[in-house]
Amino acid sequence: MNKREFTITVYTENQVGLLNRIAIIFSRRKINIESLNTSPTEVESVHRFTIVIDETEDVVRKLCRQIEKQVEVLKAYYNTEDEIVWQELALYKVSTDAIAEKVKVERLLREYGARAVAIRKDYTVFETTGHRAETDNLIKALEPYGLIEFVRSARVAIIKASSGFHDRLKEFEQKEPGEEVMENEYLGKKEEVFTM
Amino acid sequence: MDTLELFAAEKATTTPVATRELSGSAAVLEAFIAEGVHTIFGYPGGAIMPIYDALYDYHEKLNHILVRHEQGAIHAAQGFARASGKTGVVFATSGPGATNLVTGLADAMIDSTPVVCITGQVYAHLLGTDAFQETDVINITAPVTKWNYQITDANEIPAVLAKAFYIAGSGRPGPVLIDITKNAQLQKFDYAGYVPCTHIRSYRPKPIVRKEYIETAAEIINAAEKPFIIFGQGVLLGKAEKEFIQFLEKSGAPAAWTIMGMSAIPTDHPQATGMLGMHGNYGPNVLTNECDVLIAVGMRFDDRVTGRLDKYAKQAKIIHLDIDPSEIDKNVKTTVGIWGDCKETLPLLTSMLKQKVYPQWLQRFNDFKQQEEETCIIPEMNPDSDILSMAEVINALNECTGGNAIVVTDVGQHQMVTCRYAKYNTSKSNITSGGLGTMGFALPAAIGASFGDPNRDVVAVIGDGGFQMTIQELGTIMQSGANVKIIILNNQFLGMVRQWQQLFHDKRYSFVDIASPDFVMVAKGYSIEGRKVSERAELKVALQQMMKHPGSYLLEVMVGKEDNVFPMVPQGCSVSEIRLK
Repeated sequence: MNKREFTITVYTENQVGLLNRIAIIFSRRKINIESLNTSPTEVESVHRFTIVIDETEDVVRKLCRQIEKQVEVLKAYYNTEDEIVWQELALYKVSTDAIAEKVKVERLLREYGARAVAIRKDYTVFETTGHRAETDNLIKALEPYGLIEFVRSARVAIIKASSGFHDRLKEFEQKEPGEEVMENEYLGKKEEVFTM
Repeated sequence: MDTLELFAAEKATTTPVATRELSGSAAVLEAFIAEGVHTIFGYPGGAIMPIYDALYDYHEKLNHILVRHEQGAIHAAQGFARASGKTGVVFATSGPGATNLVTGLADAMIDSTPVVCITGQVYAHLLGTDAFQETDVINITAPVTKWNYQITDANEIPAVLAKAFYIAGSGRPGPVLIDITKNAQLQKFDYAGYVPCTHIRSYRPKPIVRKEYIETAAEIINAAEKPFIIFGQGVLLGKAEKEFIQFLEKSGAPAAWTIMGMSAIPTDHPQATGMLGMHGNYGPNVLTNECDVLIAVGMRFDDRVTGRLDKYAKQAKIIHLDIDPSEIDKNVKTTVGIWGDCKETLPLLTSMLKQKVYPQWLQRFNDFKQQEEETCIIPEMNPDSDILSMAEVINALNECTGGNAIVVTDVGQHQMVTCRYAKYNTSKSNITSGGLGTMGFALPAAIGASFGDPNRDVVAVIGDGGFQMTIQELGTIMQSGANVKIIILNNQFLGMVRQWQQLFHDKRYSFVDIASPDFVMVAKGYSIEGRKVSERAELKVALQQMMKHPGSYLLEVMVGKEDNVFPMVPQGCSVSEIRLK
């Protein structure tokens, strides 16, 4: 089975030290995290980790089991790119002179849907959101005009099939949760995912 | 919501209780008493002094065993837990006290042993300042604890300790470390009593049992012609020995144990075929690759059990029962995975089985046993030299104890020989460092076991190398009056490494020649009686003398310097390629 990009979504309690406990699950297996974002969810007190890695599905599935084993983790999901809606935000610092002089730059920025978030005498900061390839392309396009600095955020992603975590959390709060929460989902489809 | 709020919310639903002022330290000890703890293994130091000060007032309710090194404390707590089936408890101070626990935590983590460690920590306002004896114990121990937590406010103590005991002992057990800053230990707060924890929303100790998988498994077992049951410590941890024997006897299938599953059934059970793995028995290893259905109960397919994975039981349908969902399909692909506590899943599975016998299939195991007897066992039990073998010592010990003692082993050749030859009648009798292979484990673990089950004889079988790793715990025996019978099997080598150097490194014996002190004299220094034996004629008498002796006793037995442990599955080979010599 080939390596490909997976987005792991982890719902957790908001607990000091949990970031380390999740991170070492990857580092122990010498797996590089391509992108990591943590943020609150729509449910108060529940946090979400969005982690992007390049691995085989078999490895990703095992990683999710290990993540879920952590006491403060409620649930871990993994998805391929077509199963999620995702965005990354990028900031570009460009010399204000360069864009004022060159009409081309203005057209370029409009083309890429970039928005100026700060305009100073000496520099201007633009922002775009989009997929990795889109933000990468704008770097290349701006380089000839003297790109001073570039920074990109971690990925944020929403699972297309997910109906949010409100109902799930209610299940978790029950002493005897239903099978919804404790599903053996992989047992049904493991022929598709297992390799040795 | 942090832990404190979570429990405050839970408590709010109950009727209000009268509070009284208590120090954080006293609240820790109140939690222990409420959890039924009566023995603590520990070592004091600066950052845990308030707790030790409180302990002074609780010494009638709580028995504190002063060890000689914190590693000794945690191995003792492990031995206590393994012998008693309860959670072991440890005290250590900050900094070096806490880091000295790491080996034991790793050992307890990989062998799923319930232990709660309390470490002192510097004052909260000093955290992160490189204060004296400050170390980041939470992050150091994150990979080797099931859960850990730092308390900086005494108000958190009752709820966090309740959570600690619940997590350590439930589901797949494991070690929990609670780090308490000195200010929290000293702080007075309104103590509202201790409420045991029974539920954490983000923690599922037991997966839901799904009947359809059990039905499928039963169908496969009922249709099997050569079923083979392999089992691990899950049977012991689940306290499911009875349920397992009922399952075993109804299935009629032969069964073999992993090193951690040993003693869950009597070693002389008619369906018992021995131990699996690298130095396990011949039949169970070879026939793993011949059975048509392999039923794994509460075990995790460790590499020392499976050998080469791509040649492991490929012909068989595999049914795996485990409480930890991450173990299913981790190493070996299953045909049917049964999640759940085997105390619940085994009776369900048994009820769907047909009563069966497999005389011809069992005969296959007996044929292999015959070969192993002729090539390995009989020659090892009756060496043609005057020098004693490890196997005959263990055999003589069996005669002496009748298989009723708790046998604690260290790590190495003596461990493999003991696990191959020791006889057990009752559960929780074999205590060893299985997963981590921690040399130095046996002496402190045996001390802990003697407190965990004071009604049974505890025999520690240790090599001359491992004994010197935690030899200082003789002082703990001397002071606590623990009753431990110590057998040192002295081959004057780090024997297992030497065996590998002989077999796989052209006999280049690199730093395995280990000198030892006069162990009997060392024991005498600690007021422990002892004797050294190198003659066959003296062995049985010496063992009897040791077992009859009131209190601890050290028996050093000189054994063959270059004896090897066989059979052996060489690393990287399939289990069916096991060598008899």
